[in-house]
Parts: sequence; C-alpha cells; structure tokens
Amino acid sequence: MAIFVFADQQKGAFKKASFETLYYASQLAKQQQQEVVAVVMGEMNSATSLQDLGRYGARRVLHVDGNWLNDFDARLYARILKQILNQQEASLCVLPHDFNGRALAPYLAAQWGATLLTGVTSLPDAQGCFQKQVFSGKAIAWIKPNAARQVITLLPNTFTPQPADQQAEVAQWQPLQEEAQQRRIRVKEVQTTQGRVPLSEASIIVSGGRGLKGPENWGMIEQLADVLGAATACSRPVADAGWRPHHEHVGQTGLTVRPNLYIAIGISGAIQHLAGVNGSKYIVVINKDPEAPFFQAADYGIVGDAFEVVPRLIEAIKKYKGIS
Amino acid sequence: MKILVCISKTADTTAKIAFTPDQKSFLETGVQFIINPYDEWYALVRAVELKEQYPDTVLHLITVGGADTEPILRKALAIGGDAAFRVDLQPISIEQVAISIAAHVRDQGYDLIFTGKETIDYNGSGVGGYLAGLLDWPFISLATHFSYDGNIAVVEREIEGGRETDEAPLPLVVSCQKGIAEQRIPNMRGIMTAKSKPLQVLEAPQEARQPLLQIDHFALPPKKSGVHLIEPGNEAELVRLLHEEAKVI
Ligand SMILES: Cc1cc2nc3c(=O)[nH]c(=O)nc-3n(C[C@H](O)[C@H](O)[C@H](O)COP(=O)(O)OP(=O)(O)OC[C@H]3O[C@@H](n4cnc5c(N)ncnc54)[C@H](O)[C@@H]3O)c2cc1C
Ligand SMILES: Nc1ncnc2c1ncn2[C@@H]1O[C@H](COP(=O)(O)O)[C@@H](O)[C@H]1O
Repeated sequence: MAIFVFADQQKGAFKKASFETLYYASQLAKQQQQEVVAVVMGEMNSATSLQDLGRYGARRVLHVDGNWLNDFDARLYARILKQILNQQEASLCVLPHDFNGRALAPYLAAQWGATLLTGVTSLPDAQGCFQKQVFSGKAIAWIKPNAARQVITLLPNTFTPQPADQQAEVAQWQPLQEEAQQRRIRVKEVQTTQGRVPLSEASIIVSGGRGLKGPENWGMIEQLADVLGAATACSRPVADAGWRPHHEHVGQTGLTVRPNLYIAIGISGAIQHLAGVNGSKYIVVINKDPEAPFFQAADYGIVGDAFEVVPRLIEAIKKYKGIS
Repeated sequence: MKILVCISKTADTTAKIAFTPDQKSFLETGVQFIINPYDEWYALVRAVELKEQYPDTVLHLITVGGADTEPILRKALAIGGDAAFRVDLQPISIEQVAISIAAHVRDQGYDLIFTGKETIDYNGSGVGGYLAGLLDWPFISLATHFSYDGNIAVVEREIEGGRETDEAPLPLVVSCQKGIAEQRIPNMRGIMTAKSKPLQVLEAPQEARQPLLQIDHFALPPKKSGVHLIEPGNEAELVRLLHEEAKVI
C-alpha cells in the first residue's frame, strides 16, 4: 500500500507546499510502513527534476504529462487522480491546503467517496487523531477520520522538509484519451506579482496597519521586507481604504498566514486580525501604544513610534547581514 | 437564472472560545451567532447583485442545521433571496453538509451555486468543492470576481502570489471571498419582507446522517509565555534575539 500525494506545480515548477506535503506524507508513511507516491500533472519546465521528488520522500512519481493539463481545473484533475487512486488501490491521498488544494481535495473526496479532513497540522496520534486548527486558530481540534478512503490536506508552513539524498523512480501515467474533452474551466490569464515572495509561501512577513497613517508611508515597510527577503501584508482597514492591494489583507476575512516570523507594525491586534496570524511561529510587534492588544500575542515587542523604530531596525538588519 | 447560496451559522468573530469540561464540545453560553461572514458579505451579496442585474433570477438560500439556524436564515433573507431551505441535520463534517445540499439541488435546476470561502469556526474550506464533486459540476474556488454575460461566467480566483482569470460554463459552483462584493447592511424593508418569505424544512438524506469522521476533543492553543520588550533605540538587540534565540533570520 502507498500514500499518494498530489505534488502541485505552477508554470512547470513545484510549489513550496508540494515539498512540505511530500515530506509530511513520508513521515506518515514511516509511521504506517508504507511508501509515498507523488502524482504530478502537466508539463514541467526543464529545470525541474521529477527524480528529485525523492529528496522529499517520494519513492515513485507518476507523471501525467501533456500541455492540456498545465492549467488547473479541479474537476478534470480530480477525475484523473481518482482513476490513478482506483487503479493503484489507494486508500489515502494527501494534498497541500493551498489555493488549488482547497478546490481539488474536496472535489476528489466527493468523486472518490472518501472522507475529507482539511488543514491538518500534525501526524496522527496513537488514537489516529489528527490535529487541526479551528475557530481561525483560536482552538485546536483532534479529529479522527472514520472511512476506508481518506483525503487529507496539510496546512502550509507546518512541516519543514528535511531533504534526503534519494531519487524517485519516475513513470508516465496515461489517462484515458477522452479525458481531454472533460475540461470545463478555461484559464484565460494568470497574473503573479514579480519579485517578492508570495504571501502564502513567505517564511517572513512584514505587515502594516492604520498606524502608518497613509499609503505614502509604505516605503519603509517594503524596505524592511526587502532586507529580510519577506512578503508584505496589511490589516483589513488598510486594504479597505485602498492603501494596499486586497490580496495583502490578512485576518479572519482575509488570508490566513503561518510564517516563521510575523512583524506587525502599527496594527492594534484586534481579535479578527489575530485570527489570521496567530499560527505564526514568532510575532514581533511595533506599536506606540503599550496597551495595544497585539503585545499579548507577541514574542518580542518594541513600544515606540514606527516612523523612528522601523528605519533603525532596517539599519540594524543591514548591519547584521553585512549589507551597506 | 436560478441561484442557490449556501449559508452557515457561526460564532461571532469576537466570541470567547471555550469548551465543555470534557473538552468535547464548544461552549455556546453567552456566544452570539452570526451568518458566516464569507457567506453573508460575499456569496450572498454577489448573488443579490446578479438578481438585480437579471431581474427574472430566482434566488434561494440553504442551510444545513437545527432549528436554531432559522434566525440566521431570516437575517440572510433580509439581505436578499426569494426563499430559504433548511435541511434538518446537525452536521459535524464537510461531506454531511455537501450531501445534504446536493440532495436538494438535484431536482431544482439551479444554474449557479455560491458558497463562502470557508466557515470561520470549522475552517473546512471544503463544502463547495465536495458539493461540486457530488454534482459533477465545474468548481472555481476562492473567487475574488464574478461576472456572467448570459452565456459564460468569468471568474477571477486567488492563486499563490497572484490571480487567475477563468471562464466556465454554467451550471457552476463558486466559493466566494473578499473582492467579489461589498458588505451590505439589510434595510428596514428587507427585514420586514424577510419575515413572510417561505422557509421550508427538508428532511436530511439518509446518506448524510452518519459523519465519516469524529471530533475527539478540542483544546485551546498553548499560551505564549509573554512578550519580551526591547527598548526603542536598541533595535540591534531585537535582531540578535531573532537570530540567536528565535533562529528565524
Ligand atoms: C467580522 C469582522 C471581520 C474582520 N476581519 C478582519 C481581518 O480579517 N483582518 C483585519 O486586520 N481586521 C479585521 N477586522 C477589523 C478589526 O476588528 C480591526 O478593526 C482592524 O484589524 C484594525 O486595524 P489596524 O490595527 O490596522 O488599525 P487600528 O485599530 O486603528 O490600530 C492602529 C494601531 O497603530 C498604532 N499606531 C498609531 N500610530 C503609530 C505609530 N506612529 N507608530 C506605531 N504604532 C502606531 C496604534 O496604537 C494602534 O494600535 C474585522 C472586523 C469584523 C467586525
Ligand atoms: N451547515 C451548512 N449549511 C449550509 N452551507 C454551509 C454549511 N456549512 C458550510 N456551508 C457553506 O460552505 C462554505 C464552506 O464551508 P466549510 O467547508 O465548512 O469551511 C461556507 O462558507 C458555506 O457557504
């Protein structure tokens, strides 16, 4: 028996969450004495090696090649994955809980007749329970799937892959010819921001709130992000006011992030904001009000005026990194 | 056009999260319940806008829940919608909700189903996709824009570090998030008319009654040990701590 992992790609390269999911599945496989099979859809770019998925724990890779699979379509991908899972007599498929994974996993579970457990953050314990954040990170639930077939999604940034010196066996998998007619979604356009790390994949995030007074003051936020190799984010009123693009809004009604380091500048720390960031491993708060609720959720803090603290922090980081 | 919007009931965003002493269930005392924000602000409002654009549209709302969800449905009806349905079941899993809704959809002839991005209590992010999978309809998740020209839907969705624009035929299931619409406050007329709109209770289908998972227990996350404050002016010390203690830079 094997654990199947959907290793998702964007423009022919694997996403960070795909490596994390493979690594997670390999830990799960160790527990259950199984092996991991990665399923890859679409054409990969020349710099990407499928054998290298072995480094993250895949024993075998099934590649469903062809340009007709380059663009995501939950229904089409689920149909093909289901054929593979059935043919290989699988009982468990793990996917990243990212943008595509959150569409594909439930679609697949429905078509394959599986139970669905989304956004898990742990391996199963002795009772077979997986941990999952609920109430937007304000609590944790221990959940036990109760079905022969299971689809599980792993919350990004929970497991850090430890690559090993191994290669995977790669095989092509040929879907039925008529599947190409099953595409319902035509992808017209893909726009990704160049340069900066995507917020959902960032291990460091620099985030600004209403305390920064206006969009003209975001220069120092971007500079701080640049010296740290971080992504930028913001609180909801900042996005609502149009100071920053909507996709930067984190919190209960925006994006949920779990970076290693979240630096909150001029953000009060309202419960709805915290809901989107309290899974971060470390939180730094810079706020001029010592009573700001965010300090209670912080690991490190500076009570001070952002317009003075941030430029000094940028200098200190440059010095530490040896950048002048 | 005929549209269905899936409405769920959740604890208010500021609710204090606590559990019964055996850690088995959420403590509801003193908690205020609201329409899940993604369902209310985005899915429902966008559907109401489509009805304004195409006045012959029939707009239905559905929830899977006990009688305690009816005030939430009425509130949703006050924002818009012609009729509401409640499938009488207390679900604990994604598939129970999706199977219940799918059973209703099959004989209704909907063209479009909107769900929210996720419920803010269970954070499943699964009902829309599971429902689409049961119906074998195309599904677009995490939509930030939706338009329909009478023939084809154009949907913008969020992806890693950007956006993707998709075209899809109807029938279609879409999960909605911020960007797709702006929050609306129900007006007095909406609240008054909502009282007399039909709300039908449906029996839960047999296949939905047993969850395929079990919630063993809940816990609050471990408390932070307290903030370590650094004097302004001493930013170099913060950098040192982030490097040596937290090991994050
Ligand atoms: C249902 C619901 C959902 C919501 N969802 C979200 C969500 O997803 N995300 C979200 O962020 N919010 C959300 N909110 C809004 C949330 O309640 C807060 O209103 C919001 O987070 C506040 O944003 P802020 O901290 O940027 O602004 P403010 O609350 O105005 O705080 C500004 C902070 O900046 C500090 N400050 C001012 N000047 C300086 C200076 N010179 N230097 C340093 N610090 C300074 C102030 O002390 C203050 O703490 C939601 C609200 C509701 C009701
Ligand atoms: N009990 C329910 N009744 C009706 N719709 C629901 C219910 N639970 C979830 N939904 C819908 O499915 C979306 C995603 O929910 P979830 O998959 O539970 O995060 C929600 O935003 C609702 O639109």
